[in-house]
Amino acid sequence: MSRAISQQHLQHLHWRAGFGPTPSPKPDTRPLNQVVRGLIRPGTLFAPLTVVDSAQVVNVKAIREMFIQGMIDRDALKARINENTGHIRELNTLWLNRMSSGEDALREKMALFWHGHFACRVLNPVAVQQYLNTIRQHALGNFGDLLMAVSKEPAMLQFLNNQQNRKNAPNENFAREVMELFTLGDEAPQPPKGEFQRRQLPLRGLGGYTEADVKEAARAFTGWGFNAGGFVFRQQQHDDGLKTILGQTGAFSGEDVIRLLLEKKETARFITTKLYRFLVNDDTGNVPAQTRITALANRFYANHYDIADLLETILTADWFYDPANVGNHIKSPVELVAGMGRTLGLRVEQQQSLLFIQRTLGQILLYPPNVAGWPGGRNWIDSSSLLFRMKLPDVLLKAAPVLVQPKDDGDVNTEALARTGKGPLRATVDWAAFEANFADVPTEKLPDELAAFLVQQPLGTAQRAEVMKRIDPGKPRSEQIRTLTATLMALPEYQLC
Amino acid sequence: MKRRNFLAKSVLTTAGTMLIPNFLKAYERNQLGLGVVPSTGKTLVMVQLSGGNDGLNTVVPYRNDIYYRERPTLAIPAPNVLKINDEIGFNPALASLKSLYDDGLVTVINNVGYPNPDRSHFRSMDIWQTASGADQYLPTGWVGRYLDAACAGAAPRQPYKAIEVDDTLSLVLKGNSLNGLAMLNPQKLFNQTQNGLVKGLANAHPAQPEGNATYLYKTLAETVSSAAYVYAKSARMARPVGTTNHTYPATELGNRLKTVAELIQSGVGTSVYYISIAGFDTHINQAGQQERLLRHYAEAVKAFMDEMKATNRHNDVLLMTFSEFGRRVKENASRGTDHGTANSVFLVGGGLKPGQGGPGDLFNQAPDLTNLDDGDLRHTIDFRRIYATLLRQWLNANDVAILGRKFELLGLV
Repeated sequence: MSRAISQQHLQHLHWRAGFGPTPSPKPDTRPLNQVVRGLIRPGTLFAPLTVVDSAQVVNVKAIREMFIQGMIDRDALKARINENTGHIRELNTLWLNRMSSGEDALREKMALFWHGHFACRVLNPVAVQQYLNTIRQHALGNFGDLLMAVSKEPAMLQFLNNQQNRKNAPNENFAREVMELFTLGDEAPQPPKGEFQRRQLPLRGLGGYTEADVKEAARAFTGWGFNAGGFVFRQQQHDDGLKTILGQTGAFSGEDVIRLLLEKKETARFITTKLYRFLVNDDTGNVPAQTRITALANRFYANHYDIADLLETILTADWFYDPANVGNHIKSPVELVAGMGRTLGLRVEQQQSLLFIQRTLGQILLYPPNVAGWPGGRNWIDSSSLLFRMKLPDVLLKAAPVLVQPKDDGDVNTEALARTGKGPLRATVDWAAFEANFADVPTEKLPDELAAFLVQQPLGTAQRAEVMKRIDPGKPRSEQIRTLTATLMALPEYQLC
Repeated sequence: MKRRNFLAKSVLTTAGTMLIPNFLKAYERNQLGLGVVPSTGKTLVMVQLSGGNDGLNTVVPYRNDIYYRERPTLAIPAPNVLKINDEIGFNPALASLKSLYDDGLVTVINNVGYPNPDRSHFRSMDIWQTASGADQYLPTGWVGRYLDAACAGAAPRQPYKAIEVDDTLSLVLKGNSLNGLAMLNPQKLFNQTQNGLVKGLANAHPAQPEGNATYLYKTLAETVSSAAYVYAKSARMARPVGTTNHTYPATELGNRLKTVAELIQSGVGTSVYYISIAGFDTHINQAGQQERLLRHYAEAVKAFMDEMKATNRHNDVLLMTFSEFGRRVKENASRGTDHGTANSVFLVGGGLKPGQGGPGDLFNQAPDLTNLDDGDLRHTIDFRRIYATLLRQWLNANDVAILGRKFELLGLV
């Protein structure tokens, strides 16, 4: 496709391949394939996000020892342990703010996808930082490289207990999740939430592997561990005997297992299906979707897992812009917050406020619920999360008081995440810049122009009436723009992109 | 009002309910005289202790040498233990619970856990909330799936059949088709639904009827109508909300159980209430912190059951308490304990089978400290057997469908 792209399609592309469009008085007139290439290769070098170095990591064991010896008191102990959490909090907001910045948007969007796919949570801030930069670095590269790199991350090896995976005492956790969640997959297709159907519990072996394969792969991963310097292979803990994995026999190493997994077409299909749900539509239970996924998976496999090529194919496909695929994706909490930030140039003053919003809405970056990641889609929405989402523009743009409190999950190491911080959630918006983009729009056309820009679905009559009710034509134009923006961002339709 | 009249009329003229949108909720249905699904009349109140409560210092094996050897600073001296039998007894901070026990209202189930226990808070709580195995990841909770089943087919969709007393909704109350409702109290949720856009759009439909927009509007409509229904019920009751004549301790759990009691008395028809309280992750200086938490717990539960007894509901209300794991047998070097495995579960209520809840009568044996798994207790009862029992015998639901497989029932209730 070389034709110019319509404004609505362009917005759709920026929402899915990033965190939404920025307003601009001048339309982007480039043809679609050029816009997509610009997203895939923005011409900037990969830059790691850095908040901490290994010297700053608090050794919790050593600090506890100091407490036991009476060298520090309980408050000092708690404060030191909280320093680690503090670094992860900084990294969290640094990454979220980067998403809002729009720089290298597709990379950050895909890093978010891989964070949900290779979900991992540990308490050592250096390990978290290194893991994050690995998924960011490979986000648009080769899936095989990404899989190998993330499998050797100390954070992942620790999270999945591979330090305990030794010859004669294997721990299968790592091998199991590498197969079940990272490559072959094993879940039966789910009916969309909200349709009443008895859900089948996941069955073993749908990804084409057996319990015996897991056990044998675990043997191959023995000796994979880490120390303060990073990944280490401990030869003396490695089981170098013959293993039979996925029908092949050899004295396989961990690297061999990864190669064998990439040789299985199921891996390409599993990743492609998940990416289709993330970028296109979470309903894959229909024939057109299955046909597209099959073609995409074949191409992904044939191109040796080239992520950029897969993305370019999806983002330039005609069906990507089908009305059924536009404005129908439920934004995750991070997509919602980063999107508001992107559109308005919004900056939240206190780090803690951004953590509070993530916690209340159920998605904290770098703290996924478990190795399976966030279930996503309709799982984001319940009565409380919807009410809070509809209140969020008031809270952020009008300093409305926050009346809810997320629950404490009981872990002493993360209790600080639930706190609101001091006072109201203060945020600043570059309203002048935002308003300037609509300078040419006649005042009476503002509601529809702003709605077309902010919301990816047409408004119903009731919704439009609710929006119009809130405008006072006697007020200055800039106040009308602010009221309209806050109202449109509170609509259920704004939860979709 | 107009809308309701219109609907009432259309129901009469079409002589059927087929035209009523499925998400037109129970409140409207009640206004139309369509009634609600008869419930078993039984209520389950879940109290989750987040952080991993130390079970061995909750139900104390006060005759066990291993216990005293492994816990030189934390063990509760035998004379202080509130004895249940000649082996075990309650932590002295649980005096209020002990008095309920003496009245035959408490059953202690020891060694509850699951195979291949996970020592991460989040993962283990996930497992308890979704009722999965240690190697499964489910996007729905067991109470949510109960709600799905209770509201399936021709039954009206009633999110308020499962209420979490909190501002946010836990995974455990999320089903496939329906989610439970989170509210700290009926007034607060009602106020949230009376503001601005929420009220204005409660009956709106999206311009694009296909897909997720409809799901959002359905959730909004159900939230607003459920909030209105629960609020109206609680406001109409003889003893208005907030004026309970029973005294509850002014603690977080006390306040939340008071809200549950008020909702029960209002006849709102909720089957499952869910509350969680945190602070049990006692790695450092455990003793004082755990005692305070256990005292708060026991006093709140005592106040709650006293009200249930006084209003003759104690045979229809069952309170279950669990934690995501227990702690290691050996104390650590910071006068605390680290993450462990199996733990005890309490069931509190008068509806238990005779002989299973009486004084000195435990459900099963205390943990065997001579047979540990790398320093941790071995579970003897899978927690899903308790869920299965409560689902089938207390809530009259299909435990196999909700839990995904058959678990042997405990024969408790």
